[in-house]
Amino acid sequence: MTTLIEAEHLTRYYGKHCAVNDVSFTLAKGEVLGFLGANGAGKTTTMQMLCGNLAPSAGQIKINGFDLLDQPKAAKLNLGYLPDTPPLYKELTVQEFLLYCARLHGIDKNAITHAIERAKERCGLTDVADRLIANLSKGFQQRVGIAQAILHNPEVIVLDEPTVGLDPIQIREIRALIRELGQDHGVILSTHILTEVQESCTHVQIIDQGQLILNETIAGLNRQMDTGTLQVSTRLTPDINSLLTIPGISSIESITENRIIIHHSVTANPAEQIAALVIAAGWGLQELTPVKRSMEDIFISLTKEHREL
Amino acid sequence: MILTIASREFRSLFLSPMAWTILAILQFILAFLFLTQVEAFTTLQPKLASIEGAPGLTDIIVPPLFGNAGIILLLVTPLLTMRLICEERRNKTLSLLLSAPVSNIDIILGKYLGILGLMLLIIALITLMPLSLLFGAELDLGKLFANILGLLLLVNAFAAIGLFMSCIAGHPTVAAMGTFGMLLLLWILDWSVGMNDQRSELFEYLSILRHFQNIQSGLISTVDVSYFLLFTATFIALSIRSLDNDRLQK
Repeated sequence: MTTLIEAEHLTRYYGKHCAVNDVSFTLAKGEVLGFLGANGAGKTTTMQMLCGNLAPSAGQIKINGFDLLDQPKAAKLNLGYLPDTPPLYKELTVQEFLLYCARLHGIDKNAITHAIERAKERCGLTDVADRLIANLSKGFQQRVGIAQAILHNPEVIVLDEPTVGLDPIQIREIRALIRELGQDHGVILSTHILTEVQESCTHVQIIDQGQLILNETIAGLNRQMDTGTLQVSTRLTPDINSLLTIPGISSIESITENRIIIHHSVTANPAEQIAALVIAAGWGLQELTPVKRSMEDIFISLTKEHREL
Repeated sequence: MILTIASREFRSLFLSPMAWTILAILQFILAFLFLTQVEAFTTLQPKLASIEGAPGLTDIIVPPLFGNAGIILLLVTPLLTMRLICEERRNKTLSLLLSAPVSNIDIILGKYLGILGLMLLIIALITLMPLSLLFGAELDLGKLFANILGLLLLVNAFAAIGLFMSCIAGHPTVAAMGTFGMLLLLWILDWSVGMNDQRSELFEYLSILRHFQNIQSGLISTVDVSYFLLFTATFIALSIRSLDNDRLQK
């Protein structure tokens, strides 16, 4: 695993207002890191610092081993960035714009044509290559922005809200593209759409009021979602006392006569035994579902907790 | 890398009607001035022939033409330079340059050379007018060269101020106004010198007009050339500083 981004103790003040407060994280090759946060939480500021658009008030950023402050050119060679507003010269055509970006990133002359073709293909821009960017719809402009970020095949790709303004089909395509990119690059994307993180990321970070309050893998997050609760519906009223004898069950509450909620410890999953018991007793099993906390619940509870502190 | 930015800047100017309009209007006005000057020479010619050491064709036609071109460019340059950095910042395209592997020096120099390309084109078109006289007359080519050099140094300085104003202004119009105000002030600075008998050496030195006229007269001195070069370098350096500052504070 090569570490592509090392951010240490990033802090950024706007005047007296602290937008980002002591944020540290790393990103390795093959990871897709989702950056979650409410509006004004500091997502964009963090990303601008990562891409050298903004100097941090304190802290250090290394991209692919190069310090962003000491060796900015070497660091930025490995960087593709899509800001929250795609940086497009509207008076150029898509082809001209991508050609300019390719030159700007110092792509070898012989490789430019191939690189542009590949980026256009990946972002579905082949048909609109000769149109002026100003005349494209917002979704297409967003795609040109993404094409620009992946054009030079950078090690690190930073996307600030990449799916804003896209239609559902495009969103699905872009998410697939992000997953594909994640296989041999390091990708950071910011979003406030929670399902997006679940679908395309391997890691998730939640930032609130400038502070990092969660840094987890998606698997870890799924575990957090697992609250150790099962909901069981039966045709006849079940006998609660006999269910309580199953090891691992901590408590049972009945909602209606035929519907109960079983709490169990997170480590043991007694679903199988419960099913076996219900069927053996002939209560008529109709439903047995694990109750999960949604991503929203975790997000809301974490930000709430953080603000109360 | 500098040339990549410069060539895009130069080409973008011609993608909007801006550059074409300015080139056309400028050429029209200056051609008119050129022709009146030629007319003046033909009426004066018999009288001049009798005076010893009288001004020749080049003296009568070239300095007024280039002097007027300088004044018109003083009005036009702010319009050309106002969008250089300002517009990029407003359209948020600046982050494309900032996150690309180019330094701020590359960005500023690229922008500067891009706009200078258009200026060179303007000067080349102006120069063609006196050169056309070569078909039927003789020109003092040395003097013509001095005028070209003077105008070249002049637009260098104009463009550098314009670029700097575009770096610090939040809106292109403000940048244009700032550039125009500053250029006009520097242009008229030595007018005050003549009003009373006191001579202000500082004002005299700062005045753009004085240095420009010195070179125009055919006297290419290090003082005047280095004035323009220093002037240009200062404002380019300030522009780079201002762009650096963007990253630090917002």
